[in-house]
Amino acid sequence: MKNAVGREIPAEALAVELKNGRKYEPYQGKGYRDGKYIKKAGPTTKIYENPKESKLLPSIREAVIACGLKDGMTVSFHHHFRDGDYIVNMVMKEIVDLGIKDITIAASSLGSAHDPIADYIEQGIVTGIQTSGIRGRMGDVVSHGKLKTPAILRSHGGRVRAVEEGDVHIDVAFIGAPTSDEYGNARALGGKGDCGVLSYAVPDSEYADKVVVITDTLVPYPNFPPSIHGVNVDYVVKVDEIGNPKKIASAAARMTQNPRDLMMAENTAKVIAACPWFKEGFSFQTGAGGPSLAVNRFLEPFMDEIGGITGPICELQRKGLVGKIIDVQDFDVAAIEDIRTNPNHFEMTASEYANPANKGAFVNKLDFVVLAALEVDIDFNVNVITGSDGVLRGAPGGHPDTAEGAKCCIIVTPLTRGRMATICEKVVTVTTPGDCVDVLVTDYGTAVNPARKDIIAALDAAGIKHVPIKELQEKAYSLVGRPDDLQWEDKVVAILEARDGTILDVVKKIKPYQI
Amino acid sequence: MELKAVGTAGTLESSDVMITIEPAQDGGIVLTDFQSSVINQYGRQIKAEVLASLERLGVKNAKVVVNDHGALDCTIKARVECAYYRACQADVDGVYDWGGVIR
Repeated sequence: MKNAVGREIPAEALAVELKNGRKYEPYQGKGYRDGKYIKKAGPTTKIYENPKESKLLPSIREAVIACGLKDGMTVSFHHHFRDGDYIVNMVMKEIVDLGIKDITIAASSLGSAHDPIADYIEQGIVTGIQTSGIRGRMGDVVSHGKLKTPAILRSHGGRVRAVEEGDVHIDVAFIGAPTSDEYGNARALGGKGDCGVLSYAVPDSEYADKVVVITDTLVPYPNFPPSIHGVNVDYVVKVDEIGNPKKIASAAARMTQNPRDLMMAENTAKVIAACPWFKEGFSFQTGAGGPSLAVNRFLEPFMDEIGGITGPICELQRKGLVGKIIDVQDFDVAAIEDIRTNPNHFEMTASEYANPANKGAFVNKLDFVVLAALEVDIDFNVNVITGSDGVLRGAPGGHPDTAEGAKCCIIVTPLTRGRMATICEKVVTVTTPGDCVDVLVTDYGTAVNPARKDIIAALDAAGIKHVPIKELQEKAYSLVGRPDDLQWEDKVVAILEARDGTILDVVKKIKPYQI
Repeated sequence: MELKAVGTAGTLESSDVMITIEPAQDGGIVLTDFQSSVINQYGRQIKAEVLASLERLGVKNAKVVVNDHGALDCTIKARVECAYYRACQADVDGVYDWGGVIR
C-alpha cells in the first residue's frame, strides 16, 4: 500500500504489533489525527505508604532484581549524556548477566557510545529497539537484519505520543541523573557530569511501571527544583560514574567560519526576513550544525529560541537579541552553564517540546525552524537516517516535529557532499515528509515548496530569487552523476513512524554490493 | 608506451581516488581491489570510468587497485592517466598526448 509520500509500505510492516493493540496505518498526510482523541495509558505503580522505606539500593543489579525485570520486558533510557553515556551499557550488562532475555530497549535516542548493545542484538538477547537515533555498530547490525523484530524509529515528539498512547509500554525506566537525593528527586546540574536538562526522561518517569534513578552524586534531600520528581521514582542507585563529562558536554560550539556555510546562512536569514512572521517576538529554532547555527548571526531583532541549545544562542540572549530560551537539550558546556545561571533560560519536557498528541507543544508556536538534511528529494521529502549505503546512521530527533509545527520550515544543505547528491530524485528513506518542508536553501540556489504560495509571494515581493527544486536536483546530478538505486532484500529492518504514529517509510535489509 | 613498474596516483583524501596500476603479461585488466565510500550508488560508474580510461590509454593487461573516497569522474580520469604514465616511467618531459588520450 502506498502512503501519502508515495512510499510502498509492506504488509509485514503494517502487521507489526503495538502493545496497546493499535493497528498501524500508512502515513496519510500532515494533520491526519488532529482533533481526534487518545486514551492515555497509565502505568501500574507501587504504593509507598510506609514512610520508613528507603529507595537507595547498593547496585544496579539489585535494582534490576527489585524491579522484577524479566524476559520479554521493555526498558527505557534517555540520551542527555550523548556520546559520554555509561548508563545504557552498565544496565544492559547487569540484565544480560542475570540471564534475562527477549529485551526491548525503548530509548529517547541511542548513539555510538552504545556499540556493546550490537552484541546483545546478535546474541538474540535484545530483540526490540525503539529509538530516535541509531548509529555505529548497532545501526550496522540492524541494517543487516540481525534484530529479531523491526526497529521502530520515532521523532522526539512521536516517542512521547507513543509512550502516552501505550504503543510502547515501559516496564522499567533507568534514568541517569547528574544529581539525585535519596528519594529520587533528580537534577541535571550540580554533579560531576552535568547535562543541563533531563527533558527526554520526564515521560519515562511518568509512564513507566518502575523507575530507577542512577546517579554518581547523591545530594541532601530535597534536591529541588527537580527535573525528575521523586514521587515517580522507585529506586535510587549511586554508581561511580554516570558518564564521561567531556563527552556529555562538548566544548562550546563555535560559529562556522566556512564561507559556503556562511553564504547559505546569510541567504537563509534573508528568506526569514522576507516572511510575514518575521517581527518582534518571533519564535525560532536552529539545529546545532554549521550553517543552521550560523543563521543566528544574521538575525538581529528580538526572538525567542526553543529546542536544542548551544553556547552561541545563549550569547545572542546576553546581547539582548533573544528574549527567552526554552530548552530540551544542551549540546555544550556554555549552554549548561547558562541554564544554571540565567533566569530566562528554562527547561521543558520532551512532551512540552514536541509531542503532537498533547494540547499544544512548543513546536506548534514556532515561526521558523532551520534544519539540516542528509538528502532532500524533488518532493521536499527529507532523509536524516540512512546513509548512501542504506545503513542506519542518524536520528529523526526533533526534525519532523519542528518541521510540521513551524509556520516556515527551512532546510539548509549544500547541493552535494563529496560525490553524494544531497538534492536527489528520491531520498533513500523519508524521515520528514515533504508536506512539512517549505523552503530549501543550497549553495546553488533556493527552492520553495509549490504548496506554499504565501512564501513564494513573500520572496518574490522581496526580490529573492528562487528556482524549481527539480533544477537543483538536475544541477547536482550534472556535477556528480546519477546515483544507482540501492539494492535491498525484502526483510523490513526498521519502521519510520511519522509523529502521529502512522508509517512514513520502512528500511529494508541491505544487499551486499557486488562490483 | 609500455607499463614497466607499479604506478600510483591520487590520495586517500575525501573527493579523491587512489589508483595503482601494476604491469601484467596477460589476463587483461584485473581489478585486484576495489573500494569506494560511495560504492552502492556509484561503484558501477567508477568501475566503468576506470576501464574506459585504461582502454583509451591502450592498456591491455594490468592489475589495478581503486581506493575511492567520492571522487568525481574528472578526478578519476586524471588519476588513472597519471598512474599510467608513472607506471610507464614517463619522465617530466615525456610525450603526453594532451587532448588526445588525456582528457
